[in-house]
Amino acid sequence: MTLETPSIRTILPEGRRGETAPEARAGAGATTSAGAAAPAAHAPGAVEPRLVTRDFNLWYGTHQALKQVSLEVPDHSVTAIIGPSGCGKSTLLRSFNRMNDLIPGVRVRGSVRVSGLEVYAPSTDVVELRRRIGMVFQRPNPFPKSIFDNVAFGLRLLGLGNRTELEARVEDSLRHAALWDEVRDRLGKSALALSGGQQQRLCIARALAVEPEVLLMDEPASALDPTATARIEELVLDLKERYTIVMVTHNMQQAARVSDRTAFMLVGELIELGETRQLFTRPRQKLTEDYITGRFG
Amino acid sequence: MSPAQPSAPQRLQPRGPSWNRRAWNAGVLSACWLAAATVVLPLALIVWHLLAKGLPAMNLAFFLHMPKPVGEPGGGMANAIVGTLILVALGAAIAVPIGVGAGVWLSEYGRGRFASMVRYTADVLAGVPSIVVGVVAYGLVVVPMGRFSALAGGVALGILMLPTIVRSTEEVVRLVPRSYREAALALGAPRWRTIQQVVIPAASAGIVTATVLALARAAGETAPLLFTALGNRFWSLQLDQPMASLPVFIFDYARAPYEDWNRQAWTGALVLIMLVTLLSAVLRITLRRLPGRS
Repeated sequence: MTLETPSIRTILPEGRRGETAPEARAGAGATTSAGAAAPAAHAPGAVEPRLVTRDFNLWYGTHQALKQVSLEVPDHSVTAIIGPSGCGKSTLLRSFNRMNDLIPGVRVRGSVRVSGLEVYAPSTDVVELRRRIGMVFQRPNPFPKSIFDNVAFGLRLLGLGNRTELEARVEDSLRHAALWDEVRDRLGKSALALSGGQQQRLCIARALAVEPEVLLMDEPASALDPTATARIEELVLDLKERYTIVMVTHNMQQAARVSDRTAFMLVGELIELGETRQLFTRPRQKLTEDYITGRFG
Repeated sequence: MSPAQPSAPQRLQPRGPSWNRRAWNAGVLSACWLAAATVVLPLALIVWHLLAKGLPAMNLAFFLHMPKPVGEPGGGMANAIVGTLILVALGAAIAVPIGVGAGVWLSEYGRGRFASMVRYTADVLAGVPSIVVGVVAYGLVVVPMGRFSALAGGVALGILMLPTIVRSTEEVVRLVPRSYREAALALGAPRWRTIQQVVIPAASAGIVTATVLALARAAGETAPLLFTALGNRFWSLQLDQPMASLPVFIFDYARAPYEDWNRQAWTGALVLIMLVTLLSAVLRITLRRLPGRS
């Protein structure tokens, strides 16, 4: 567990929707040159996609887990990453908010940009980066705290102390995560008393509370039963109106149901990325076709 | 010892184990039961003995009154009860922050030679006889101050508690699931806030248990107090003066050639055990009441 960059540079919340915790962001006065640093691939004035990787490589020690991955994720869309176990899809997802930093011996080469910010630049403040990228994990992982405190956690990190405002925003987040009606009368109860599906929606609410620009979901429904899975999928479709979502999934039907675009990965390489309908009906690559038709994997 | 081979189908009638086998089973099982019962025995004997001998002299005066001079009947150990509480609190004030801090550091950051050295030192410290710890506190505090004092006693008890708290805290913090840390870090919590707001609260039950164990052990220590806090027959709350404590009182009163004092020593011992039990019960109940636990 190393590699927390000590830099305290505040990143300009460029292109944020809505106002979030104004008092907490008040310090973000200095304008970083996010616009000026846009890659040459995009003409001046054109909006860079929310999430871009260019020739991105990642090694765990000597094992190369990602090879020359280049992809773009446009705003307000759901991108699914599919592929067999060990193909690097979770690793790729965790590269966007640098969660891989927690694993000793990780090295990277290439570029990942989120909202124009170079994720692996030495000057990037990892803490600030992670505040702008929400993450939902495979297994629901609420804190052993009350439901309210779970959702308020990120807001309090931002320095929001006003009880009335906290309550309003907790309610808001729980509504967006389609959990409010089930927990409104027991916000003070332990989050661990909720069912697995409710816990996962609570984790989504917790991530949404700080209004991230991107929501990363690492097989968010794989530990849940079909009913809870259906609720999560509905939720993803709702959330894409407001957020940019990247979702890793094992389940090809799920990718087909919820995503706009699908990326297929195999042993660390991005084989194909395209419109979901196109990828599942007329795959361009032979490997993709073999995988989606169940010839391997 | 191999199981009987099933031979012809007509012999499929259920047959229990042989007589021999049953006898062995009964013998070994009773031996295990006896060993388990023996574990309970010492505490049962202690409690029984203390109740039998200590209860008769226990009354309100014992808690509220000061010791009487030899020959005068009655009197209590009010100063010793309060003194023990103060000394243990002093020890805890020293050992809990340092111990929990060191334990968390060992668990979260402790790699390399320095960390192994700290672990090894804590283990050795746990094995140092308490009287030696008393001598150390004597040298560290009593000699420079020029007199025995409650402070010196607190330092001695603190050193005694330290290793238990350090190593237990390290263990329980290590048990906090990785997923909690990931969740907090992914929300943009800096490492220190993750530790402070997620990891330590999640480990708090274990940390309190470890602390209670350490406090309980320290509360009953006599040897390290003999030449640090010394003891005091009078009411004193001053930390730079000698202070009375239950274990030292019990020690003195039990050796004294007065029947009256001997009786009070038993009562003192009973009160000490009650105090420790009460302390751990209160801490556990408070912890269970913390929000977010169910």
